[in-house]
Amino acid sequence: MADENNTDEREEDENISPWQQIIDNPFLLLFIGVAMPTVFYTLWGVMEIASIPVAPY
Amino acid sequence: MAQFRQCPDTGLFFHKEAENLMKANAVAGVVCLLIGGILALLVVLTRWPAIHLLPADSFYMVLTAHGVCALIFWMIFFEMAILYFAGSTLLRSRLATPRWAWAGFVMMVIGAVMTLAAIFGGKSSVMMTSYVPMRAEPHFYLGLVIFAVGALIGCFVYLGTLVVAKNEKTYEGSVPLVTFGATVACIIAIFTIASGAEILIPTYLWSIGYISHIDPAMYRLIWWAMGHSSQQINVAAHVAVWYLIAGVIFGARPMSEKVSRAAYLLYIFFLQLASAHHLLTDPGLSVEWKLFNTSYAMYLAVLASMIHGLTVPGAIEVAQRKKGLTNGAFEWLRKAPWGNPVFSSMFISLVGFGFLGGISGVVMGTEQISIIIHNTIYVPGHFHATVVIGTTMAWMGLTYLLIPVLFRRKMIFPQAAKMQPYIFALGMSMVAVFHMAAGTLGVARRHWDMGFAGNPLGFEYPATAYLLMGIAGVGGVIGVIGGALFCIIAVGSLVFGEKLQKEAGLLQSFGVPLADSAYTNEKPARLPMAPAEAVEADHGESGFEAPGTFILAMVLLVSFVIYYFINWKYLSEVWGIS
Ligand code: HEM
Ligand SMILES: [Cu+2]
Repeated sequence: MADENNTDEREEDENISPWQQIIDNPFLLLFIGVAMPTVFYTLWGVMEIASIPVAPY
Repeated sequence: MAQFRQCPDTGLFFHKEAENLMKANAVAGVVCLLIGGILALLVVLTRWPAIHLLPADSFYMVLTAHGVCALIFWMIFFEMAILYFAGSTLLRSRLATPRWAWAGFVMMVIGAVMTLAAIFGGKSSVMMTSYVPMRAEPHFYLGLVIFAVGALIGCFVYLGTLVVAKNEKTYEGSVPLVTFGATVACIIAIFTIASGAEILIPTYLWSIGYISHIDPAMYRLIWWAMGHSSQQINVAAHVAVWYLIAGVIFGARPMSEKVSRAAYLLYIFFLQLASAHHLLTDPGLSVEWKLFNTSYAMYLAVLASMIHGLTVPGAIEVAQRKKGLTNGAFEWLRKAPWGNPVFSSMFISLVGFGFLGGISGVVMGTEQISIIIHNTIYVPGHFHATVVIGTTMAWMGLTYLLIPVLFRRKMIFPQAAKMQPYIFALGMSMVAVFHMAAGTLGVARRHWDMGFAGNPLGFEYPATAYLLMGIAGVGGVIGVIGGALFCIIAVGSLVFGEKLQKEAGLLQSFGVPLADSAYTNEKPARLPMAPAEAVEADHGESGFEAPGTFILAMVLLVSFVIYYFINWKYLSEVWGIS
């Protein structure tokens, strides 16, 4: 969380911290919010379930 | 040309098209809550052993409908209203593509009706989770898919509105915190709906015979990516509502915008991974997967909730202290407007969510402990604390706030409205606590007959368990009375409440546009950037600014630790070592 004290003189694009740019970009956040659970929960989980050997019958 | 009106009391701007959508979605939500509540009465009276109201088959049908109606339809309709409010009103922007938003709304209504029709047809009593290989009728799944697509359209309209507001420069700097919270809710909603499509579309195809087999383990995995995440939409949104109400009632500003936003960021990263806590007892998934997703990730999300739970009352405390309520640790809280249902609903939501829902949730999300309460009535005890005392009460508070502001009607029965949050909270806390207690004794959830009469593999619960379920039944009836009171006041105000503006007619309460005379074509003034918070500037000078909140937080922590150890003790008693 860099750069705490530029809030006062902030005029549009000038001097916006990288932290603020991430927070202000809803589409980047959307990407993160979908990618994280897709990778760690869904894909990883699917791989584990798919690799269970099928019972012989 | 976008038309706006400004609320004379709050100064909020309403875009004509957005306003009607908010009303329609909120009303549809309350109708679903009403249906869900009537069904709740039937469910709870059946689980009250001395009454045991319904026969088995209708019990499972009614329970399915209660879960779907209350958890899915009430929550999501209302969330759409919140998204439009946060995107349009709070940013002073016109709503992007209102026609699409209406199309989404109509799809949601059609989907909801279709699914309910399938359930009440009697052949889709598969519970809200609809685990395969139980098979519902095809239109049960199809209705849910249509509903979800409608909601997805709403999410994109919201994101579109963010773009419009940015391009048309309707605000300075960053979006306000409440809008940021709504954005987080929207992001989680998109993942939720995508997961829902991933699992419900194949299940639909299976129900009509196109697919021969769906693996139950795989179904549970993907279903819970939706089922758990959908609850996190609620959390992100009701936290935003807490901030909103704290701001409106006290003029409270978050203690630190940065910290609050960072906490929301933790939600984006980690909250949805916690879906894994529903699968802690499932075979087939590795310990690594379970531990990564529930311990590491879930605790970071819980940390975020604790930050919100601390900064919201902290912000209220700071605002109250500034007004001179500085005696002792708690004068600010004692002298809060407890008779105002907007505040009392919100504050009960916060405390109930933290103490009842939060503590029980973290305890049961521990892999080892999960096994002693899995599939017991403890689970409904827990989630009625989160989703009813937490989310539903936050929505109720917001509704009380919006009746005059959005609907332009005066609330009817103000005395009853004062009592309503307390009645509802009392009843639902009893349901939550006594269900949890009965669950600790092993009472099964979703079970028609806890006596197992005539069953070959019966089980005898201790008499205490019957008593606890009876007390929960009493609580449930009180809760339903409180819920009914809310529906009567909310809908009654829209119909009979005194008009605060001559254009606010009957149909206008339900989504028909107000007459043009209510609006102007003038663009609202640009939303100024919030000034830097005084509190942030003061840091380090006067110690902690909110000592009362700090004490509350410590009480929460101590309660948690004690309760956590009690559960480990229970666990140790499950298998005796001789
Ligand atoms: C108005 C007061 C309410 C009462 C008295 C009540 C009572 C109950 C009871 C007794 C059960 C059955 C537990 C079981 O046998 O497994 C249940 C299930 C459930 N309730 Fe409620 N409830 C109420 C409101 C709500 C609300 C507002 C929501 C959602 C926002 C909700 C969501 C659910 C869900 C999701 C289930 C589980 C259904 C399933 O197992 O598939 N309830 N409720
Ligand atoms: Cu969950």
